Order: sequence, then structure tokens, then C-alpha cells
Amino acid sequence: MSLQNVEQLNSIHLDVLKEIGNIGSGNAASALASLMSATVDISVPSVKLLGFEETVEFLGGPENIVIGMLVGLTGDITGMMLYILQKNFANEMLKSVMGKEINDLFELDEMDNSFICEIGNIMAGSYVNAISALTGLTIDISVPNLTVDMVGAILSVPAIEFAKVGDKVLFIDDSFMAGSSNIKSNMILVPETNSLELLFTKLGVGI
Amino acid sequence: MGSTITVGIADLNAVDSPGVLATYALGSCVGICLYDPDRKIAGLAHIMLPWSKETGTHSDNMRRYADTGITELIQKMCGMGASSSRLCAKIAGGAQMFKTNSCVFNIGDRNVEAVKKVLETYRIRILAEETGQNFGRTVFFYSEDGIMEVKAATKPTLRV
Repeated sequence: MSLQNVEQLNSIHLDVLKEIGNIGSGNAASALASLMSATVDISVPSVKLLGFEETVEFLGGPENIVIGMLVGLTGDITGMMLYILQKNFANEMLKSVMGKEINDLFELDEMDNSFICEIGNIMAGSYVNAISALTGLTIDISVPNLTVDMVGAILSVPAIEFAKVGDKVLFIDDSFMAGSSNIKSNMILVPETNSLELLFTKLGVGI
Repeated sequence: MGSTITVGIADLNAVDSPGVLATYALGSCVGICLYDPDRKIAGLAHIMLPWSKETGTHSDNMRRYADTGITELIQKMCGMGASSSRLCAKIAGGAQMFKTNSCVFNIGDRNVEAVKKVLETYRIRILAEETGQNFGRTVFFYSEDGIMEVKAATKPTLRV
């Protein structure tokens, strides 16, 4: 059977993605810790298949202003990763590295944006390296592309991509503890269905 | 002002005066507002993709596409007493949320183009257009006067 729709994935497939997410987040946390010179702890990420409206509600409602960071995947696995970062995530990073804080995400300047892109690059790289190490697949990531806008509008990008294969998105919810604050990063993975099929085959859990 | 009905992504609805229709945070999607000024019937569709034939056949939600979505909206409005010959349109959305060179991400432009073609087939005039660029938009559409209100995070609210 070939994979036509992400809704065909069962709990074993989701567990595999969760484990990859776990390893990836672990790598990302170490990288963030050295960047912030602070201890960063992670909890086990949750991986869910969510409908568009549920995802939007989970992320604070359609008009909530967030950072969206899009990373393209090429190589053996093609698709995209979209990170949704809330204001407190940006603030923790900016505070520890650049010694500044913002009240509003629209205050982010060029320098802040490229700094956050670099963090995105580290997080996406960590995730992708975890997949590569487990499967032997070659995956390249593009330079992250950042925008600040209403979460509903940002999510229309993966929703449209996903619309070709299903009504749900693969949603990965990471919680980091940096110092005393709890920061969340949410990632939406949009693999091409044949890439997802290849990934599961390589991991011995074919569709 | 009447009560507000929210139209979700890949959905549509129509109201009589004084009802208000709203759709939140249009990104690359397009919101199509249709209005019959005589009967004061307003309709709003929130489409995601251009053509129903272009994509896989797995989908049963025809409200996703510009062609099938607009057709269904017109039928719904006519069922409420609107006349297709009196309908006029106002459209918003179709932004490019991320700056990339990949054509996949130009879906906003393609959506707008498809919407215009479909409206042309039905001979529906476009009276106002707030499309393209790189930011999200929320749309309110008032059946009392056919005004479309477009809100964006960093832009002043437009009433057209």
C-alpha cells in the first residue's frame, strides 16, 4: 500500500516521529544551551496529527502574532518544516545573547531577525541530522525564511501544501526549559508523501 | 449591525441583511465576497487552491478550490433569492507569506488569478481588490451596504 494521506499513519508511525523529534530536540537543546550559556532542559515532544483549525487554536487563535520560520528540505527527503515561535521564545533568546527585550514582535530588527534565523537553522539542522543518522538518508536544509504575522495566515502555507495530501498536519510540540523560563517551539513538518514513505521504510516500519 | 458568522478555511457562507461575515487571517488563501445590492444578500468563500482538477482526487471538500467554491457560493446565494446577474465581487488575500524563489510558494498569485478567471466566466465584476504582497489579512463583509473591511497586523484598516 502506498501512502496517499497522512491520516493513514498509525500510532507506531507517530511514535517513530516522536522519537526522531526527541533526538532532534535533544540536539537542538544542547546547541541552544551553548549559544545561551545556560542549562536547557527538554521534555518529550508531543507529535500529533492535527486539523488546521485545531492547530490555529493551539497556537493562540488565528490573529495571534507569531514568528514563522520556513525551512525547505531537499535531497532524499523533500518537503518543508515550519517553526512557529511565540514572543517569549524570541525574548529569552534575545535576552541571553544580545541583552535586549522586545514588547512587540514587530520591533524585531534586521539583526534580531538574522539571529533568530540562525537559531532556526540550528534547530532544523539538529532535527534533520537526527533523521539522517537514523536512516542514512541525505537531507539538505535551505536557509530559514522568516516572517512575523498572524498565525492563521502563516499556517495557510503548510495547509495549502498539505491540502494536496490530507486535511491534517504533522504537528510537533517542543518544550524547552531555559533557566527559569519555559519556552515552547512548535514545528510543523510537511514532507512529500513519498518522502515520508521512504523514511518509514528505512526505519523498518513500512506503510 | 447583525450577528457575525465566521467562515473558516476552505468554507463558505451567505447571509441576509443585517448579517456580517468574517474570515480570519487569510494568508495565501483568497476571500471572495459576493454581493447582491438589491436583495442585500452577502456571501463569502475562503478558498485555498486554484483549480479542483489540478489536485488529487482524494478530496471531497470542493469548497477548497476557486472554481468549485465560487460556483457553490453563487448557487447558495441564488437559493436565498439573489440573482447571479446582479452579483458583484470584492476580493482579498493571496499574499506570499515567505520570500522564496520556489514557484510552489507563489500559490497566492495563482489563487488570485484563478478567482478572477472564475468570476469572469460568471460575468461578475470585481469592484475592489486587496490582494498580493506579503502579509495576512482578516476580512469582514457587511450585508447592509456590501462594504468589505480588511484588517492587517501592521496596516490601517481599509473599508472598500
